[in-house]
Amino acid sequence: MTTTDQMLAEAWDLSPAVALRPEPFGAMAYHFGNRKLTFLKRMQLVDVVRGLAAHPDVRSTLQSVGVAEAQWPGYVAALQGLAATDMIRPRATDQARSVQEGAA
Amino acid sequence: MTILETRPVVARPEGGSLIEQFELGLDAPICLTWELTYACNLECAHCLSSSGRRDPRELSTEQCKAVIDELQRMQVFYVNIGGGEPTIRPDFWELLDYAVSHDVGVKFSTNGVRLNPERARFLASTDYVDVQISLDGATPEVNDYVRGPGSFDTAITALANLQDAGFKDAKISVVCTRQNIGQLDEFKAIADQYGATLRLTRLRPSGRGADVWDELHPLPEQQRELYDWLVANGENVLTGDSFFHLSAFGVADGGSALPGLNLCGAGRVVCLIDPIGDVYACPFAIHDNFLAGNVLADGGFETVWQRSELFTELRSPQTSGACTSCAFFDACRGGCMAAKFFTGLPLDGPDPECVRGFGEDALASGDRVLPPQGKDHSKANPTRNQPVMLTLSRRDDALAVQATKPPVSACAENPLAGFTL
Ligand code: SF4
Ligand code: SF4
Repeated sequence: MTTTDQMLAEAWDLSPAVALRPEPFGAMAYHFGNRKLTFLKRMQLVDVVRGLAAHPDVRSTLQSVGVAEAQWPGYVAALQGLAATDMIRPRATDQARSVQEGAA
Repeated sequence: MTILETRPVVARPEGGSLIEQFELGLDAPICLTWELTYACNLECAHCLSSSGRRDPRELSTEQCKAVIDELQRMQVFYVNIGGGEPTIRPDFWELLDYAVSHDVGVKFSTNGVRLNPERARFLASTDYVDVQISLDGATPEVNDYVRGPGSFDTAITALANLQDAGFKDAKISVVCTRQNIGQLDEFKAIADQYGATLRLTRLRPSGRGADVWDELHPLPEQQRELYDWLVANGENVLTGDSFFHLSAFGVADGGSALPGLNLCGAGRVVCLIDPIGDVYACPFAIHDNFLAGNVLADGGFETVWQRSELFTELRSPQTSGACTSCAFFDACRGGCMAAKFFTGLPLDGPDPECVRGFGEDALASGDRVLPPQGKDHSKANPTRNQPVMLTLSRRDDALAVQATKPPVSACAENPLAGFTL
């Protein structure tokens, strides 16, 4: 599995320390813990980030927002960038937990 | 100071670069400075806000809290608090607490005068507060020359108090001048010694800085020295938007612009709220030409930010005159609006410190008109805190005045005149 496929199958969430401020072109994300600022330059990316919590995985989030499949790698790369500064976090789901426990 | 009826709608390029988006403005600033008072214990020669005396119209504690409430609503996540000397406001610590507990983080700038061990311990116990100590020389001689006698020791004592209290990562803020560019390594050593981070900023000819800019601003070869130092040490040094006018050096070397905000953010992503609630395009532009409105008189900060005529204009496409055809324009974008304005240069032309020398040429050409002083809150009479630099220049003035006026009597010129021995 490529890292893109992996992330598509994972459950993610906005980090609890992060606030999103709407901007005319997208949003500004601010992390109260590490005080990092990030700009989301597309409305659809903002919808994806906001939608993460309500969907079982990244793939279904992208589908619900209507991101064309050809663009998924770009969106996943953007999400990975956000993950690197803790703007979004992996969400522990029952399924993910049982997979982890099974592996352990 | 006109507020538009409705908020102007600007078409946005979908997926345009961040710089392009910033030029068109944001819903709320990302670099907001709030000067809480014009009062100051010091009289720095180059004070950007011509501070000294408290303005009687200064916002009250309640009015300040209302501003903080509004910043929270607008999701302005942090604010740079300055002055004057903000810590001499009796309600300073109360306002600090109020801001932090309303999701508005604070970085405040101080000369250190109130940072005794007890305050330092309090600060160490808070999250979300950053402290920035001003130091404009790595030795007392260089620092006190512009900031006044004893100010070096005050700053170092404050840094030591913060470190002893366990406060992590204070900032040391240095305005780069002709006198201290040679001390950059020493500044870094001081920062390392106190577990602090160095922050270098550009001297702008704003406020009292206009009077001393000719003597203090770095020489062209020093600009290069500064640039090279930043490239070598920049990773651990903060600069904000200070030196993007030097980015052209990097482009000329085949590299890229300096990291950071490479554009003039005035009125677009940057602004200033002054002690009486006036909103200016930038902390370095306290002048009627850059006054957008007032938080009390014009319906609050959000209204001024989103609907003032001035900010709308600053967010519309600008002409850049001679700079447009410059090969370095993408990196430098014509430099700093305030630096141009206060040296009397046209806003749509090169920066006075343009690395290609066009600014110097323009300054030398002599056909510039200096704008009248902006708002001045300097102390009427100098105190013992007056920096050496000003005592020298004041004496010069006094001599000049005497020379042009005929002496009242022979005695006024020389106490021994008229005596024949
Ligand atoms: S006027 Fe100068 S200091 Fe102010 S935002 Fe523009 S470049 Fe920065
Ligand atoms: S000519 Fe203008 S754009 Fe070019 S380096 Fe000078 S100030 Fe910058």
